[in-house]
Amino acid sequence: MPTLDIKGLTINAARRLLDEKEVSALELTQAYLDRIVSVEEDVHSFVSVTADIALEQANIADRMISEGVHGHLTGIPMQLKDNMSTKGVPTTCSSKMLEHFIPPYDAYVTEKLKDAGAILLGKGNLDEFAMGSSTENSALKVTHNPWDLEKVPGGSSGGPAAAVAASECVFSLGSDTGGSIRQPASLCGVVGMKPTYGLVSRFGLVAFASSLDQIGPITSDVEDSAVVLSHIAGHDQRDSTSLNIDVPDYSEGLVADLTGFKVGVPVEYFSEGIDSGVENSVRNAIKVLSDLGADIVETSLPHSAYALAVYYIIAPSEASANLSRYDGVKYGYSSDVAGSMWDALENTRQNGFGPEVKRRIMLGTYALSSGYYDAYYVKAQKVWTIIRNEFKEAFESFDVLAMPTAPTTAFDIGGKTGDPVQMYLNDIFTIPANIAGIPAISVSCGILDGLPVGLQFMAGALQEKKLFRAAYAYQQATNWHHIKANI
Amino acid sequence: MSKNDNITIEEVRHLALLTRINMSEEEIEQMRDQMSDILSSIEILSEVETDGVEPTGHSVDVHSVMREDISSDSIKLDEALANAPRQENSFIRVRAVLEE
Repeated sequence: MPTLDIKGLTINAARRLLDEKEVSALELTQAYLDRIVSVEEDVHSFVSVTADIALEQANIADRMISEGVHGHLTGIPMQLKDNMSTKGVPTTCSSKMLEHFIPPYDAYVTEKLKDAGAILLGKGNLDEFAMGSSTENSALKVTHNPWDLEKVPGGSSGGPAAAVAASECVFSLGSDTGGSIRQPASLCGVVGMKPTYGLVSRFGLVAFASSLDQIGPITSDVEDSAVVLSHIAGHDQRDSTSLNIDVPDYSEGLVADLTGFKVGVPVEYFSEGIDSGVENSVRNAIKVLSDLGADIVETSLPHSAYALAVYYIIAPSEASANLSRYDGVKYGYSSDVAGSMWDALENTRQNGFGPEVKRRIMLGTYALSSGYYDAYYVKAQKVWTIIRNEFKEAFESFDVLAMPTAPTTAFDIGGKTGDPVQMYLNDIFTIPANIAGIPAISVSCGILDGLPVGLQFMAGALQEKKLFRAAYAYQQATNWHHIKANI
Repeated sequence: MSKNDNITIEEVRHLALLTRINMSEEEIEQMRDQMSDILSSIEILSEVETDGVEPTGHSVDVHSVMREDISSDSIKLDEALANAPRQENSFIRVRAVLEE
């Protein structure tokens, strides 16, 4: 067998290798495990590597393939963000609170991908409880950007984005509450997609802000993103917000042509604070869309400017309630401090949570407390309505909106950790899609000083096919997604 | 409103009690400064006219979902207890709730 080159290998390319028996699932899995060993000391994208499980699943996948009873993901090595439950495999949320927690059940997405025959290589690092934009809030390790090891990978799905960028897995899943799939995908030069709220079940996803959290794929290209979403979308009665709709095959209808496609370019997403190089790259990308036949129209979403503020009231409020469950009694870290039940509880939460998690729990508690509830929480809920309606109206005129994913490329590790407000600004262009509940995707559209730039598309609720069509056409016309981190 | 007037040390101390997070005086002061910054940055919401606007509780319209009340298998006792830090005879052991 010739040496297997897995650098930048897509699901579709791996599928061909497996189907044509050029490589077995076992060999493919071993190649990724070897790759992880060789780059992980620099990248640190995995919280845990499940080599034994992976090799066992690979054997099963090879049997399925030889019997001809396999699907598109059978034998494809993947990673899962470590806030998605994996039965029998630690699920830490990169928190001291859950460092030794072993879930008794699989998340919905874990079940779906296992059933499809995908192979679990391990779990991806994240900002603790998915709260952050650089993965530096992980209590377990700092992930480094494969494009430049001195830079952050973005966050909170920094482990998954870095793992795909470093070819440590074929694909990974992230979760996105305010940009946690798309922003790290942008900073690591891979494809990150957040589905419509409710399209993918949150059963088994450790809750952060339940009305905004959504799971989605992180992949090397748009075709792979569509394949993975087709596998994980669908109704699940264990998540009461799961939408009961027919899931289309998202891989169908991808064409490299945008004739008659209406693309809105909202001026608010090219505002102050955006790096001029990022702005140029995104504007050039929009010209490419025009060359593909799209109708480009400048538009305005004036209330997008308030989405960040709405988010920093709503998300911490929900987090403060969701994280009240960590009491050191039923599971998770538990303090041995002497004293009363209250002493143990307060000490458990003092030592178990990191600074950003504490900040958000306290901010949310403040926003929900009597005297401030109307001024903060209810006010935010009303502006939430206005933002939703503004997007709804925009999609009466446009198929998709195009804008940058993040205002800058990857920044220095340690560069923004002292200033929470500066850190929050990384998500200024991604948060509106979470507030509106709509799907969005980030694809690479340039490289500045050796670091990737992200182009973002947003579409109306459940219009994932339009999103994929725009992003696919863009990738067919450009080469950015073929340029890989030199690691 | 000057920056640190957004939230007082006393309020942060009260929040630490409500959230059951033990904090040192130093942590409380740092939290006050950072929360003040964050609260300043979200004050721009007061610019938005919201009279007569209905609040949103969720990013999509979802309503209470009902299912048939049929019993089904759930996780086993030993699985449910496997992650409990302290246990005794199929129970989770906790500290005394009522003081003597």
